Amino acid sequence: MVFLFAALAVLPYLLSYSQQEIAVLLVINVLLVSSYRLLTLTGEWSLGHVVIMGVGAYASALLAKRLGVPVPLSMLLGAGMAAATAAILSFPLFRMKGFYFLIGSFAAGEIIRLIWKRFTDPFGGPKGLKRIDPFPDIDAGFLSIDFYEPVNYYFLALIVVSASLFVLYRIERSRIGLTFHAIHWQDRLAESVGVDTFRYRTLAFVIASFFAGIAGGLYAHYVGAVNPTRFSVDQMVYVLVWAVVGGTATFYGPILGVIVLTVVNEIVLRALGLDTARPLIYGAILILSVLYLPNGLESLGPRLRARWQRWRGGSAAARREAT
Amino acid sequence: MDLLWQTAVNATYAASYMALIAVGLVMIFGVMGVINFAHGELYMVGAYCVVFLYAQENFPFLLAVAAGLVFVGMIGLVMERTMFRPLRDNPLAGLIASIGFLLILQTLAVFGFGRRMGHVPPSTQGKLEILGAVLTYQRLFVIVAAVLLLAALWTFLRRSKFGRALRACAQDAEAASLQGISMNQTARIAMFIGAALAGVAGALTAPLVSPTPYIGHSIIVTAFIIIIVGGVGSLEGAVIAAVLYAFVHTFVTTFFDGVIANIVGLALMLAVLVVRPTGLFGAKERA
Repeated sequence: MVFLFAALAVLPYLLSYSQQEIAVLLVINVLLVSSYRLLTLTGEWSLGHVVIMGVGAYASALLAKRLGVPVPLSMLLGAGMAAATAAILSFPLFRMKGFYFLIGSFAAGEIIRLIWKRFTDPFGGPKGLKRIDPFPDIDAGFLSIDFYEPVNYYFLALIVVSASLFVLYRIERSRIGLTFHAIHWQDRLAESVGVDTFRYRTLAFVIASFFAGIAGGLYAHYVGAVNPTRFSVDQMVYVLVWAVVGGTATFYGPILGVIVLTVVNEIVLRALGLDTARPLIYGAILILSVLYLPNGLESLGPRLRARWQRWRGGSAAARREAT
Repeated sequence: MDLLWQTAVNATYAASYMALIAVGLVMIFGVMGVINFAHGELYMVGAYCVVFLYAQENFPFLLAVAAGLVFVGMIGLVMERTMFRPLRDNPLAGLIASIGFLLILQTLAVFGFGRRMGHVPPSTQGKLEILGAVLTYQRLFVIVAAVLLLAALWTFLRRSKFGRALRACAQDAEAASLQGISMNQTARIAMFIGAALAGVAGALTAPLVSPTPYIGHSIIVTAFIIIIVGGVGSLEGAVIAAVLYAFVHTFVTTFFDGVIANIVGLALMLAVLVVRPTGLFGAKERA
């Protein structure tokens, strides 16, 4: 754990400027996909999660731009707005399950996105919002931090995201988290012992949306611009890919997915100069991983270990036969 | 009054190609149990068949449309064999795999034709006037072709042995296979027809829409709304819902604007999902 944090602290200094910018976005995406996993714990797969992130981004940006709310506070309020949106949406959406929830969340997300696109005041229309107030610089005499620098923003995002991940982890390990699992695997049984499944599904949705909103706030005040296209279903596909390729059975699965795929995407494919082909390779990875790695990257470790042991056991047996 | 009548004629045209797309999606869902997210991209590939064969290589329009139908049907067969068959017992995985396939088709289209709009010259210049409303032959052609194709499909499903087998698999795959119906064979036919319908819709409308590699997105949204409103798994429902949605969408677009029309359509779908998730015409047991 200490080693991990040391590595994360050294990392930005080993990267080029543009790679540092990617690292910031990666940290934000880690929070996005981890919050998404909390929702999948109850067994529901949403297609609106990126739009919910956008709600956090738009709300925080508008609060800072129009009402002059100081930026860290606006991020929190934006996340609250994302959570409130989820709470309202849960009334229609959680009357559905499985495939219908998937499609329903897609419809709800598209409606929100089209509203941003249609109503230029206050959402800026298709062009979105620009020149969003940046995160305020810290200047305490002996210490001054300019958050325009990607390195500094990286550390800010890292602190916020680590704290959020800690909270998400604690929630999963709590009684509430166990109830989410119960609803996923045995919703009728859970209901029969007095669990209000609607309430818990809503709770998972609201918490997941709150943290997606935080990710949105971090994004908006880093990039400085948001627009409806940034939160379209194409982006949602990427979140889905990260979660599926990483696997959602463990807490670290989706994080593994987003890190591995971002490294592959930004470093390997960029180095090969295959810019146009990137969606194609992403698509192929997605298909191959559903076909051949249905439990995600997280299952790779235990599977390899099992194979190693079988191989050793097998060769030991072979030796015994030989002697 | 003239505007109303003209809008109704436009809506009829929209309904015809939307019905083709939605019926194809329902066919695939009915037999395979998987929602094909790449359906909009199949439409796009059909449209690019016409861009390539008709607009670039100067083959006759009808031949290009037929080639689009067959070619996209073949893509359907590839999808069935490589993705949906191995993932048959896992609908979510099938859906995610189809998202991957969508990205591949999109990228290939960008490679082949670039990101910009493909331009397809109209195949005929003539137009019809019906009580003051204008209907170009190009659009009339889409309507006629859609009606003929859907009628042929309906006859095929009701009258032929394959059709009966197909419907049996859609109702109860296990019981059907106990009767000696080959699930793989049926899945192939359903996938070919479903994909081909999307492809032919794309090919027929290519001169009217200026295809781009990203056109599939709006198509799949439309198709989802229609199959949800019509009831997932109901072919008749899909046709009726296509007509209904086309009229609502065209009228709202004419009298307000396109984005509002999309919002209305999505809200309609959400309302149906809340009030009657089986759709307006869906069977009860699909709930």
